[in-house]
Amino acid sequence: MGATRRSSRISEDLIEWAIRLCGWSAIFFVFSILFFVFREAAPAFTSGLSLREFFTSVNWRPDSTIKKQFGIVALLAGTVSVTVLSMAIAVPSGLGAAIFVSEYCSGKVREALKIVIELLAAIPSVVWGFIGAVVMNPIITDITGAPVGINVLNGGLILALMSVPIIMSVGEDAFRAVPDTYREAAVALGASRWQIVYKVLLPAAKSGLLAAVLLGVGRAVGETMAVLMATGHAVAIPHSVLDPARTLTATIAAELGETVEGGLHYRVLFAIGCLLMLITLAVNLTADLVVKGIRGREHL
Amino acid sequence: MNHVRLDGQQLALMHGLPMQTTRTRCWWLVACLAAATAACSGGEAQRGPTAGTSGSSAVIRITGSDTMVNLVQAWAENYGKKRPDVSVQVAGGGSGVGIAGLIDGILDLAAASREMEPQEIERAEQKNGQKPKEFDVALDALSVYVHKANPLDAISIPEIAEIYGENGTIEKWSQLGVANTACPSDKIVRVGRQNSSGTYVYFREAVLGAKREYRLGSIDQSGSKDVVALVGSTPCAIGYSGMAYATPAVKELQVSKAKGVPGVRPTKETAMNRTYPLARALYLYSPGEPKPHVKEFLDWVLSAEGQGIVTSIGFVPVHEPTS
Repeated sequence: MGATRRSSRISEDLIEWAIRLCGWSAIFFVFSILFFVFREAAPAFTSGLSLREFFTSVNWRPDSTIKKQFGIVALLAGTVSVTVLSMAIAVPSGLGAAIFVSEYCSGKVREALKIVIELLAAIPSVVWGFIGAVVMNPIITDITGAPVGINVLNGGLILALMSVPIIMSVGEDAFRAVPDTYREAAVALGASRWQIVYKVLLPAAKSGLLAAVLLGVGRAVGETMAVLMATGHAVAIPHSVLDPARTLTATIAAELGETVEGGLHYRVLFAIGCLLMLITLAVNLTADLVVKGIRGREHL
Repeated sequence: MNHVRLDGQQLALMHGLPMQTTRTRCWWLVACLAAATAACSGGEAQRGPTAGTSGSSAVIRITGSDTMVNLVQAWAENYGKKRPDVSVQVAGGGSGVGIAGLIDGILDLAAASREMEPQEIERAEQKNGQKPKEFDVALDALSVYVHKANPLDAISIPEIAEIYGENGTIEKWSQLGVANTACPSDKIVRVGRQNSSGTYVYFREAVLGAKREYRLGSIDQSGSKDVVALVGSTPCAIGYSGMAYATPAVKELQVSKAKGVPGVRPTKETAMNRTYPLARALYLYSPGEPKPHVKEFLDWVLSAEGQGIVTSIGFVPVHEPTS
């Protein structure tokens, strides 16, 4: 008896240590990545890249033999426009799908819908890009009369389709997490189904829903391959959704391979990587604070 | 990006869900970490052997020009049949990628559709202690493509420069004197290559000259074939790519050196006698004097057999095969 107790004690200790290691290694990885990216980017600012040009110029000519220029305004505009458009489409439809699946469906229909929608998330992003470049391109030119179909609209639609399953499944979890007593109380007061959703569930699940939306934003900002293929990869500030654009992530993906390690172009691409990390960090941090704010008020 | 998603996942689980999911969250974390570690070590493992075999005599690693990738692949396959003891590994990515690899010393040969720039040669010399050696291995004519429904048949180099160059004045098809009815907006959609491409660099030098930049805002494709495919599906588009990539969906324009001069169609003959204005040489570069097994490969590439493959892929041999 004593021996088995001791061995189970040892295995428990081992598991505890393994889990502790996992937790700490996550922190270690995050900080090593931060350190690595900043270390690679930092020399850019001491060796010829002016911060002012970086943030105010629309001219991105990293390889010019006449005058190299590293302005990211057009790329930033591309990332922002594609992200905003995709969220404008994905947030309502993702949350709508979450409400439908969690409150209006039951049993088999719900399971079937969930599986099918989550299948969307399993499609690799290069396949989405391919769909954008080959399938949606002629459809968009036919319907809108745009001169070319790989543009902000195409990229936004593709990104929206990629974000919907994430927003839906996290949003659905948030709705499911609202206790049934809330629904029962609302029904007892004579509320209709939509009134329950609108007046009871949305306020009760809002922090989870916000997290769902921000997950979608994170995916949209960070997505590379699909937008590289679907947005047209053109360095220009888009004036309408029918103009081609180019994103920060796609620029890194397309150009890092040709740069010489340690060269200015290489460093500037890492500086863009830093900027992307700061953007996502800011998104996550705001989300954290907003959610905490909501929580704080609830506890008063 | 994985880490961003991981953060979000935790966020969602921490704030959105009740306590009973805490255990699931831990497993998620473990699974994600395991996947991340596996991905990292996988990348290392891939890099390891390639760097290790650099001294081996049985491998020739060639990377670079996307224009040449089909050609070099065909050479590699046929050479492999002749010399099963030598393995030729081919990768694309663009001339810039090949030249960067040559400078970093990880290649036996870099394929390039443009000449190395003086500063690149200098950097390679500094890093490897020897001057890169250039071999002309084929000729290519760069075709200017439009959609097959476009009524335009010929274009001059100054006109192309006004379309693609900075502060260019030509933005509409009507300015070229044609009514491109398939393109209702009349706007010329410029399709080009990403800046890692040798075609991109060559086209700038040949059309815009040394002093003029490209106009920003062209749709930059990553491959020669992608340019032709996009032009073939876009009636408003114009694009440039190797003549070997022509398809039935596009039309190759006749090109003239100046406006008013009759245009020349890109063919094998006009490329060899250099009457076609956008004909260029394709190169293989070795980091220095090639190693014996690489030299043998290069000799074979320039032999009648190797140059016959050049013709079969759709490019132009550097000399008429002497049989």
